[in-house]
Amino acid sequence: MRLLLVVALDGLTYASWLFLVSAGLTFTYGVLRVLNLAHGNLYALGAYLGATLVLRYAATGYTPALAYGLLFVAAVVVGLVVGPLIERVFLRRVYSRDEEVQLLLTFSISLILEDVVKLTWGVNPVFAEMPYSYLGRVRLGGINYAWYPFLLTAIALAVGGLLWLVVTRTRLGKVLASVIADREVSLTLGINVPRVYTWAFAAGAVLAALGGALTAPMFSLAPGVGAEVLVTSFAVIAIGGLGSIGGAALGSLIVGLARSAAVYFFPELDLFAIYLIMALVLLFRPQGLFGEIEVRRI
Amino acid sequence: MPARAPTAILLFLGALILLAAVPLVLSGWILFLLTVAGAKALAVLGVVLLLRGKLLTFGHALYYAVGAYAAGMAVKYFGVREALLLLALALLAGVAMSAFLGLLVARYRAVYFALLNLAFSMVLYGMLLKLYSITGGTDGLGIPEPTLAGFELGGSSLRLAMYELTVVLTAVLVYLTYRFFASPTGYTLRAIRDNEVRVEYMGVSVWRAVYVSYVIAGGLAAVSGCLIALSVGHITPDLSFWSQSGEFVFVAILGGTGSMLAPVIGSVLFEFVRNYAFELSPYTWQMTLGIILLLIIFFLPGGVWSLTALVVRRGSR
Amino acid sequence: MSRHSRMGPALIALVGLFILFILAGAARAAPVAGAPPELKIGVVAFLSGPASGPFGIPSRNAAEVWIDKINREGGIGGVKVVPIFTDEAGPADKVVTEFRRLALDEKVAAVMGYISSANCLAVPPVADELKVLTIESDCGTDRVFEEAKHPYVFRTNSHTVIDGVGAARYVLSIHPDVKTIAGINQDYAWGRDSWAVFQRSMRQLKPDVQVVDALWPKLFAGEYSAEISKLLVEKPSVIFTSFWGGDLVTFAGQAKARGLFDESLVVVNNTGADIKDIAPGVLIGSRGPNGIVTPDMEKNPLRKEFIALYRQKYGLAKNDYIAHGAYHYVQALQGLRAAYEKAIKAAGRWPTTEQVAAAFEGLEFDTPSGRVAMAIGGGHQAVQPAGYAVLKYDPALGVNVFSEIRMFPAKCVNPPDGMKSLDWIDRGFPGAQC
Repeated sequence: MRLLLVVALDGLTYASWLFLVSAGLTFTYGVLRVLNLAHGNLYALGAYLGATLVLRYAATGYTPALAYGLLFVAAVVVGLVVGPLIERVFLRRVYSRDEEVQLLLTFSISLILEDVVKLTWGVNPVFAEMPYSYLGRVRLGGINYAWYPFLLTAIALAVGGLLWLVVTRTRLGKVLASVIADREVSLTLGINVPRVYTWAFAAGAVLAALGGALTAPMFSLAPGVGAEVLVTSFAVIAIGGLGSIGGAALGSLIVGLARSAAVYFFPELDLFAIYLIMALVLLFRPQGLFGEIEVRRI
Repeated sequence: MPARAPTAILLFLGALILLAAVPLVLSGWILFLLTVAGAKALAVLGVVLLLRGKLLTFGHALYYAVGAYAAGMAVKYFGVREALLLLALALLAGVAMSAFLGLLVARYRAVYFALLNLAFSMVLYGMLLKLYSITGGTDGLGIPEPTLAGFELGGSSLRLAMYELTVVLTAVLVYLTYRFFASPTGYTLRAIRDNEVRVEYMGVSVWRAVYVSYVIAGGLAAVSGCLIALSVGHITPDLSFWSQSGEFVFVAILGGTGSMLAPVIGSVLFEFVRNYAFELSPYTWQMTLGIILLLIIFFLPGGVWSLTALVVRRGSR
Repeated sequence: MSRHSRMGPALIALVGLFILFILAGAARAAPVAGAPPELKIGVVAFLSGPASGPFGIPSRNAAEVWIDKINREGGIGGVKVVPIFTDEAGPADKVVTEFRRLALDEKVAAVMGYISSANCLAVPPVADELKVLTIESDCGTDRVFEEAKHPYVFRTNSHTVIDGVGAARYVLSIHPDVKTIAGINQDYAWGRDSWAVFQRSMRQLKPDVQVVDALWPKLFAGEYSAEISKLLVEKPSVIFTSFWGGDLVTFAGQAKARGLFDESLVVVNNTGADIKDIAPGVLIGSRGPNGIVTPDMEKNPLRKEFIALYRQKYGLAKNDYIAHGAYHYVQALQGLRAAYEKAIKAAGRWPTTEQVAAAFEGLEFDTPSGRVAMAIGGGHQAVQPAGYAVLKYDPALGVNVFSEIRMFPAKCVNPPDGMKSLDWIDRGFPGAQC
């Protein structure tokens, strides 16, 4: 019983992290129908900037409580600067081209950003663990847990809830739905589709960078973090269904629980648990658990 | 394509003779680079074949690794040293694997097709890494110098022979793929690219065309992987890693999908660019590749191959 | 130099260059007969990817600093050493292609480097084929010379067996009544090898020890909550890990926040990354007598010189130390230099590659990490002592320092020549002199 509690807690906190890092990828795909392969690099930029800000701030010796705000600042700065830049300058030019061209464009941006990060922050691991340890620990099920992962769970719930509210309860959500359903018709309805695309991409970028910034206190950063995260979030959203926020949440939960169960009961499976689940889900439900079947147009 | 066929075939034969004669003038390193490029071109060829049917795969390295490890296992456990036999075994393994997985993935399209292939390739990667006592884990397996048609060749004469073997094999397979593409199934694939539903309404089996293409692409990649194993002499699970699949797609786009020869050109170009990028800027070679790719996307959408088409058109004018 | 601060920087540079030239000219001995104008060597290390920070870049920098020093002293046999640096990142085919480029296109006299075990296994057959002297400098796998003979290949650092055997002996010297052990290692060859050596050594040295768990998170996983929870539940007396780089820092950070270090004794078999600030109480190895500053090592003039040169060019915080990879690369250069000098003396003129290789076999030479002997693998594999220490907080300095440093002599932690490492361990370390 106690073991189950521990497995569930670990699975839940890991799932929260997965949701935070994959929400941006699925959101961008949902609106623009472009799988952003530079997602992992936006994550890395957010993480590095967040870590830098926190480390600088920690050196001043003011109250650590404000460091958490800096993580959000880093995410917003990265998302709002780099996101629109990628969309306006590059992506916009290839919407009329084939899907694989769009993928390749984001792939080349990912290659470039990878080295930008390396040139800016160097290759030594950067670790801003202060916000992680500052929150202290709590005793649950007879062992110590750090508070920070639970903070991530709360933030993940808030982000998910906010996205859901925006999409289902606001005018903006209706605009998004219209753009997703039919780009041309939306244009004739007077919706500024290019602007919606820019903002949607920027929002996805902010989410990616937020995932990174919130991760910075947990993981040390090294070159290549972006690529790892990209493939993981790929798998998560493929399980849940591309473009679906609810799917990303469910996918995260499944993968998170599966991984923590694997660690306890089959430590040898840890490596490919995520891909096995992805293959199984896609085989039986190709569009993912929450994905919509695309209408075939003649 | 059929209209330009004579020119293309002439070009093809000319290039083949030129490539076969290349060792007379080039250094051993460039020869090796060309061997690697020629071998990898076959895997890229498979990717291009699928792209012709609008099927993008992020997991083609799966078959590349199957080919390499089929050879590796045959060497390690059965002491097979004959290159031609190893190639045949690799082809067999690749076709068997793609014939099986093809049953599962041929139903899927677009991003799902790409991701499902990715998942399978990563499962294989995990298995190669896990089965430590059989595969040597991430340290990999060494492939000793093979014999070729029964001849014991060592050192530079083996490298030369491997090069010529690669050139001939690549040429033959490029030609066969070209013939496949000109066959009814090949035309079906082309039609699928334009509109799959219409093809079905015409009573043609889309599934069959996709499946056959997938199996062929798998076989090509397996031969490619075996050639790489024989030339490089060491194989690791990285052969099945997603970044390797990404590289194949990158090279496919670099070369262009306009011709079955384009993968060869793309592959040679890529190996040179990568090696010189490494030499010139060891810190920023990824950025160099990224910028090149951007330039191709915006200024050379047909890939490098479209340049040759330009030359041919000008010549015939 | 402050006196010259008002002069233009260009002028300073000119004067500096002039002085350097004179010094270099004075110091350079006349080259021996048949000597090439320069001695080109390929230096391969990770310049990109996760292994570049903790291992690759420090190693490359150390090689650069040390080659400059060798050239200031007149080069090798009066010939200037010219390095060609390349990136080790990429799959085996890229690494082998790069090796061939160095050998056939750049026509280097020798190639040194390689941090990844897979590359250390992929390169030797090619080195033998092309007859290029190759010095593997940092990788850990014991398979290189235990599975095959490679006349042109040498490794100037100890293989990873010393790290595992050293860890087991050190753990038992600090904590003789250990009952249970667990491992958490990255799921790839180095992780598997490290755990196999440690676990088998523990079983030999203390047969009643119980192995309670072996966890295999994937490489660069970054998130270890579940693993740490499980270890907290199991409470093994000792936890062994071969994590390195960012993964090690991350694991230490998460483990510390949850009090894992208070429950179990944690031993790390390498110090590639700086976890010094994070985890007091942890036992740390240094893959040979490298990063950890030891009292007797302080008397080593080469070590002092190396640290000073490195600090001068690349900076080093006051209580910091240089990564072990850097020491390993300097070892390779010292080995190369000693082999060439011995071969020149024997031949009376500039030696052939075969003569250098012959001179290299069984060679002993001094390095910043002590004297290195090419004692096993038929004279191709170096043996070194294993160094371990405990991180302790020093209130006077305000930082963590290494204490209870112990060196296990080379003969204590290495198998005798010709015996496979794992057999040696399983047979109870025959011939070990501790």
